Amino acid sequence: MNIILIKRIVFVLALIPLVRLFVLGFFGNLTANPIEFITRSTGTWTITFLSMTLAMSPLRFITGWPQWVQFRKMLGLFCFFYAFLHFTIWYWLDHNLNFTFMINDVIKRPFITMGFIAFVIMSLLALTSNQIAMRFLGVKWKMLHRFIYLIGILGLIHYYWHKQGKNDFAVVYIYAAIIFSLLIIRIPFVKKLIKS
Amino acid sequence: MVFKDLKIKSRDITPQNIFERRRQLLKTATFGFVAAGLSTLSLGDAFAATEDNKKKLSSKLNEQYSVKDKLTSYKDITNYNNFYEFGMDKEDPAKYAKSLITRPWTISVEGLVQKPGTFDIDSLMKLSAMEERIYRMRCVEGWSMVIPWNGFALSHLLNKVEPLGSAKYVEFISLADPKQMPGLKSTVLPWPYQEGLRLDEAFNPLTLLTFGLYGEVLPKQNGAPVRVVIPWKYGFKSAKSIVKIRLTDKQPATSWSGVATKEYGFYSNVNPNVSHPRWSQSMEHRIDGRSILSPKIKTEIFNGYGEHVAKLYAGMDLQKFY
Repeated sequence: MNIILIKRIVFVLALIPLVRLFVLGFFGNLTANPIEFITRSTGTWTITFLSMTLAMSPLRFITGWPQWVQFRKMLGLFCFFYAFLHFTIWYWLDHNLNFTFMINDVIKRPFITMGFIAFVIMSLLALTSNQIAMRFLGVKWKMLHRFIYLIGILGLIHYYWHKQGKNDFAVVYIYAAIIFSLLIIRIPFVKKLIKS
Repeated sequence: MVFKDLKIKSRDITPQNIFERRRQLLKTATFGFVAAGLSTLSLGDAFAATEDNKKKLSSKLNEQYSVKDKLTSYKDITNYNNFYEFGMDKEDPAKYAKSLITRPWTISVEGLVQKPGTFDIDSLMKLSAMEERIYRMRCVEGWSMVIPWNGFALSHLLNKVEPLGSAKYVEFISLADPKQMPGLKSTVLPWPYQEGLRLDEAFNPLTLLTFGLYGEVLPKQNGAPVRVVIPWKYGFKSAKSIVKIRLTDKQPATSWSGVATKEYGFYSNVNPNVSHPRWSQSMEHRIDGRSILSPKIKTEIFNGYGEHVAKLYAGMDLQKFY
């Protein structure tokens, strides 16, 4: 199967979480509190796509199949896409697009601060994901895009602190285990160990 | 000639009227069984937890203590619940509360009272005239509903047991039976769930001992067979499936303030000016079928019940006693 066809399939699959929300909404199945449901769903998908994006390079050196990295950009942009929806729904439906109200929340509440910083950095990465920016930034591009590791950690803290009030950490721990493994695998020493 | 079997005594023969009554009973039982089976099929899971006790409660609307806001639908009230004894997700209680056994049920009232006692649920329900109260319910998480409850003021029960002068607080203890409540496996909260009020709060006429909603016996996921509803406080103060009420002289330990003291205080009065550490409490999502695009509404101090309860907190620093 050629890579372009696989990419198209992945693209369609990556839209399923969004289509699902529309279908649930159409049939009135977004629970009694749709805003919370949509916010949480898009948040969970953001961190899922972040994990998938981070998984591509390790998969390349583990399986030896070089094509994995060709999905990295698309998955990263989908990660940003769901983060954008997550932020927009929260800003629009939860804060009635009131900028002061929104920024106050960002400043006052550490868990939102973490999510917001992660989103701002992610926006920079999304803006510079094209060929022109890549050529323009040169060596700096790679440095800039290493910030995805920081985004992963900020995203986890955001999620963890959000769940802290109810001590409901089961799912957070799963994502933390995945993301930390994907980060540890990148350490040159660990990488060498796996290769041998 | 009439044959007579001497081994059959006349007392062994079932009189005709009783015999026929038995037939009738069998028919009713069979029909009822089939009907119950069919209704499960047609209504599906969402209502399965309620169908076996969908009994009507006759009650009279108490207008003085009812709000005129648009009601939240029965479906939303019974399918979006925080009742961690049956799981952490909002949909869990509707799914898993079927296993709760609500009859027989007793509630014991003890502690600093003249006449402690154990009340059977069915006789307790007859203690005073059942009223309908349309209350706002504001969850600490930032959403709210408008619910027509059925019950009577808790004060009727408290008066019956005659609190001693030394009693200052009331403690509510919910059922904690791992056989009936799958959520008890979770360590999120210490079990049993405990809540409490100051005695004057408990005697406030708004504090409702609640047995039903929408004119029917409480669905299991909403805290059957008996709970309290304290409409000017965040929802978690309104303990569900209560088995014990204790009057004490010391402020009782309450579940949520035990696990996260900074986030949930003993009073937990609805207050837009006191933020939860992780979100503002100044606004709320009203769940009443409105479009998701409609803006949030302002949260009112004491959930709008200030005229009835503000006097309870006169002179108190509500920032400190949150």
